[in-house]
Amino acid sequence: MENLEKEPLWTAKTKKLLTNPLGMENPITVQVLGICSALAVTVKMKPAIVMAISVTVVVALSNLIIALMRKSIPGRIRIIVQLVVIAALVIIVDQFLKAFAFDVSKQLSVFVGLIITNCIIMGRLEAFAMANKPWPSFLDGVGNGAGYGLILIIVSFFREFLGSGSIMGFPVMEKLGLYNFGYEDNGFMILPPMALITVGLIIWFQRSRNKSLIENK
Amino acid sequence: MNFLLKRMKKIEPLFEKGGRLEKLRSVYDGFATFLFVPDKVTTKGSHIRDYMDMKRTMTVVILALMPALLFGAYNIGLQHTRAFGIIDWTLMQMFWFGFLKILPLIIVSYVVGLGIEFIAAQIRGHEINEGYLVTGMLIPLIMPVDVPLWMVALSVAFAVIIGKEIFGGTGMNILNPALTARAFLFFSYPGWMTGDKVWIEGLTKGGGLDGFSGATPLALAKLDGFAQMPSPMEMFIGTIPGSVGETSVVAILIGALVLLVTGVGSWRIMLSMTLGGLGMGLLLNLTGGNEYTQIPAYYHLIMGGFAFGTVFMATDPVSAAQTSTGKYIYGALAGIMVVIIRVFNPAYPEGTMLAILLMNVFAPLIDHYVVQANIRRRLKRVQTA
Repeated sequence: MENLEKEPLWTAKTKKLLTNPLGMENPITVQVLGICSALAVTVKMKPAIVMAISVTVVVALSNLIIALMRKSIPGRIRIIVQLVVIAALVIIVDQFLKAFAFDVSKQLSVFVGLIITNCIIMGRLEAFAMANKPWPSFLDGVGNGAGYGLILIIVSFFREFLGSGSIMGFPVMEKLGLYNFGYEDNGFMILPPMALITVGLIIWFQRSRNKSLIENK
Repeated sequence: MNFLLKRMKKIEPLFEKGGRLEKLRSVYDGFATFLFVPDKVTTKGSHIRDYMDMKRTMTVVILALMPALLFGAYNIGLQHTRAFGIIDWTLMQMFWFGFLKILPLIIVSYVVGLGIEFIAAQIRGHEINEGYLVTGMLIPLIMPVDVPLWMVALSVAFAVIIGKEIFGGTGMNILNPALTARAFLFFSYPGWMTGDKVWIEGLTKGGGLDGFSGATPLALAKLDGFAQMPSPMEMFIGTIPGSVGETSVVAILIGALVLLVTGVGSWRIMLSMTLGGLGMGLLLNLTGGNEYTQIPAYYHLIMGGFAFGTVFMATDPVSAAQTSTGKYIYGALAGIMVVIIRVFNPAYPEGTMLAILLMNVFAPLIDHYVVQANIRRRLKRVQTA
């Protein structure tokens, strides 16, 4: 039997569950998961932020639900059970966006539905929620969603700023009057390859600061 | 020269380990070996050191580029007079006009590129690599003359950092740095890399003759404007609009001769790429499809950047295939890809840049299979014996 002693909600351990995925265990830059959507939705900041929130909600809630059910899920069909939970949550998020943020929902198009296939979510369910209690699982989900969202927002900031000359839709470059000096928006920033390079540069930056992340050959 | 040598020797201790300027060792090395033959000798084993080091190789390539550069300067002037209806310029005037237009491109390319290389070498404690000497000359030659200088600087920085230094510097890059710079500009600022204005000095600011079009032969071919295409002779000599150094097949052939005689450029790649392009062109002539497929196959060899790419870009010893058989495959596929992209892709009038970059990526794979095939063949011989 599991020990039934109550643990306090906030300990150093639970806090780590939230903060670790932001840096040292970041799902995108360290685990290199969820790259596909990071390339697809980061052209502008607004969709990127909505995507970050959606993924956070889905990964946190599915972690919670799976952790609650973890003892009654038969091992051989656990993947399909996990998928049912994720899919249900993604449909709720999708409907919610269609109802309350139709424009953004249209910009994100299929990528909201494709949250189902985001490796981060399956990865967290398999690696964490199947073996931990609901509360830590929920925190782990929030942390990983935030870690994913953080990178998404950084990448989309640079892509929107350099590619479209605006921040959150506000035309910064135009207001600064840089176009009069012959400045032009960089069309390459809008194309997916540049998102990959931007993610690569973030990984480079992070590893040059944290030498412990560099793999030994 | 003796004076200079003494000077250099005198300040050398400063840069030795423990010297005051130890950090700048690679800068000193770079300059010293640039001025004099390196006096390094091997201390163990019987290795032969050849004077044909990387600097010598690079110098030969620069030499081979000179005809294309000089003709490019003349052609800029010539195209300018045609576009603006100037009739009384002498040959020297045209050349000088063009030369002054290229010079800023060359200076920006070298200052930015070498600057980054120097800094990178100091940070990593490497020797300064000579690789950029050629890249820095290639980049201005494959740019439209009117491209803004800050864009050139940006593309050079991108090519050197992302295309080269990240992979470990000269000799480690997967992609050809000069083409990386051009591809970066092509996708970043397509308005400055395509169209019928940028190829001729001054046209983007307006004021050309009424009805004058500065479109390249490739763009004309894409628009089915075959009737307005220049004659094959004109395209061969190079008095057509285009990137600075790529228009004249004659000048490029002189460069090719230099590369081939000195053995710096690979004849296998040049030959197979030419045959690949020609073969694909002939095949399209037979099959038909759209009107573009019907232009004579040899046009592909003299239009656009095919000649320049074949001689100077595809033969880059770092990014090309290394094995002899691999070179044939690499070159032929590059030639075929150029024609396919030109004819079938509506977005890109020119395919040379993308075809060579694509084959750069595949070069290690080609080499891998060539080596594996060789191993298999020899294993078989051993096993049956």
